[in-house]
Amino acid sequence: MTNKPILSVENLKVVFKTPEGPVKAVNNISFTVNDGEVVGVVGESGSGKSQVFMSVMGLLATNGTATGVIRYRDIDLLGLSRDKLDKIRGRHMSMIFQDPMTSLNPYLTVERQMTEVLEIHRNMSRTEARQQAVQLLEKVQIPSAAQRISMYPHEFSGGMRQRVMIAMALLCQPQLLIADEPTTALDVTIQAQILELMRTLKRTKSNAMVLITHDLGVIAGLCDRVLVMYAGRIVEQGTVQDIFYNPQHPYTMGLLKSMPRLDVKTDRLQTIAGQPPNLQHLPIGCSFADRCQYRQDICISSKPEFRQIAPQRYKTCHLNF
Amino acid sequence: MFYFTLKRLFWAVPTLLLIITIAFFLMRIAPGGPFSKERPVAPEILANINKVYHLDESLPEQYVRYLGNILQGDLGPSYKYKDFTVNELIGLGFPVSAQIGGIAILLALLIGVSLGILAALRQNTPTDYTVMTVAMFGITIPTFVTAPFMTLVFGVLLKWLPIGWDDDNWTSLIMPIIALSLPQIAIIARLMRGSMIEVLRSNYVRTARAKGLSERLAILRHSLKPAMVPVLSYIGPAVAGIITGSIIIEQTFNIPGIGRHFVQGALNRDYPMVMGVTILYGALIVFFNLVVDIIYGFLDPKVRYD
Repeated sequence: MTNKPILSVENLKVVFKTPEGPVKAVNNISFTVNDGEVVGVVGESGSGKSQVFMSVMGLLATNGTATGVIRYRDIDLLGLSRDKLDKIRGRHMSMIFQDPMTSLNPYLTVERQMTEVLEIHRNMSRTEARQQAVQLLEKVQIPSAAQRISMYPHEFSGGMRQRVMIAMALLCQPQLLIADEPTTALDVTIQAQILELMRTLKRTKSNAMVLITHDLGVIAGLCDRVLVMYAGRIVEQGTVQDIFYNPQHPYTMGLLKSMPRLDVKTDRLQTIAGQPPNLQHLPIGCSFADRCQYRQDICISSKPEFRQIAPQRYKTCHLNF
Repeated sequence: MFYFTLKRLFWAVPTLLLIITIAFFLMRIAPGGPFSKERPVAPEILANINKVYHLDESLPEQYVRYLGNILQGDLGPSYKYKDFTVNELIGLGFPVSAQIGGIAILLALLIGVSLGILAALRQNTPTDYTVMTVAMFGITIPTFVTAPFMTLVFGVLLKWLPIGWDDDNWTSLIMPIIALSLPQIAIIARLMRGSMIEVLRSNYVRTARAKGLSERLAILRHSLKPAMVPVLSYIGPAVAGIITGSIIIEQTFNIPGIGRHFVQGALNRDYPMVMGVTILYGALIVFFNLVVDIIYGFLDPKVRYD
């Protein structure tokens, strides 16, 4: 396998035009995803974590623009025509979305929605495609898949629909699988099942996976490397061990502290005080400064750089801990 | 599906009975009668006429007699056209009205849906604004303005099209059909645009694009059907709109359809004529609503009739 990363993002910016002025959802971020790696992306709602990967897939809303460079292997995705992009997405990289209840077309059978992927990318006949689709549904443990494939999405439960989404994303054995909060909309027990399924995928496939989530527990169980995002920037990047046992950014520390623990008895759950900044008017200095307990003067006057602090270890903070 | 249809047809009976009852008594409450003329008829003659048409009986008696006749399929004689029964007059007029109305509604669907899709795909461009502005005019300007206006421009001034009704000349159909379908085109275009924009932004169309489908497939396979649903549910009201529109259009263009009979009948207190047309209109609207519900079953997999 080549040493080239599967996905490399350089200086990506995403801006949404709104009637109230431009909203800077992603502010100059760079990272890579390598073969065989599972990268977790954490951050609270509005941190820009989904928008980064919507840009990768070319799925930004029409009022959004992405600038910078996004490469799949050697191909610059942002400069690609729709035709060429369509040859890559769904085939070499695919995405699982947050809400399985609305992400499948309610007017088409699961069969139609799955076979069309293979018909387009693999030139398969309908019968061949159907066979392969059934196999994948079996793999994600849909009972009596051969019968259920001809049903409509509303005849499946939420967890089942997410399994269908996962099977659909895996149809062409993509090199890169992006899962955008795949368990957020599901019950806790179903979440566990879906995560178990993702874990099996990780063991059996050599491809790379990106897992976008706000649930640190999900990250701990599945990922090799973690990107922590805040206000459209990556504030910290490192291996799972680094992030969990030796966090180097006050925001990461705050996130870890706010995780509920079974071994400590508390009445109230810990939170990070304050609100994320308004993405229309980002502060001159560090975006997190307002909420940071270690704040210094420099944090307010100048923006910290995204800097390397150890091999495979980056952070966006003036201070050292 | 079969039982659903049967059930709905069964429920159409009380609906129609209600329509008949209301129409029957409203007509009788209206002042004047079928034979009140400017020059009064001799009382003896009037009494004779009333006797022939059973108008001398009490209202409940007349009502029961009328219902009995309807059950036998007899809508009664026309008071105005004395040589014809209402059945005959409707038999003559309905094909003409149905032809114009039918073409108008098909045209409205075809053009309305196409314009709506076009506007949705070019949202916030000059194309979109043009379509929506024209649609706004179509909705706000009533038929009784557009019809005479079109007659004036295309008939009298430009002389492109015949002004009135001509049985042997199909071009005389053009203006009535356009005038009749214009408001419906406008409403359907706006409906279609709105629902299409919503569907194009939906999560499932995003999924379709994420799978690498071309925009053409994402629209044709994944968006059209869901976007058509609101338009489909509008077909019932659209039929009603076409029917009310045809009453004016047939007057304006002098078309021998049932809409004109309806107006003339109401003015002349031709009770059986008005009743007959009312029943027909009621039945048509009930029927088209049923048809719409049946099409729903085919369009939306979540709708199943047992």
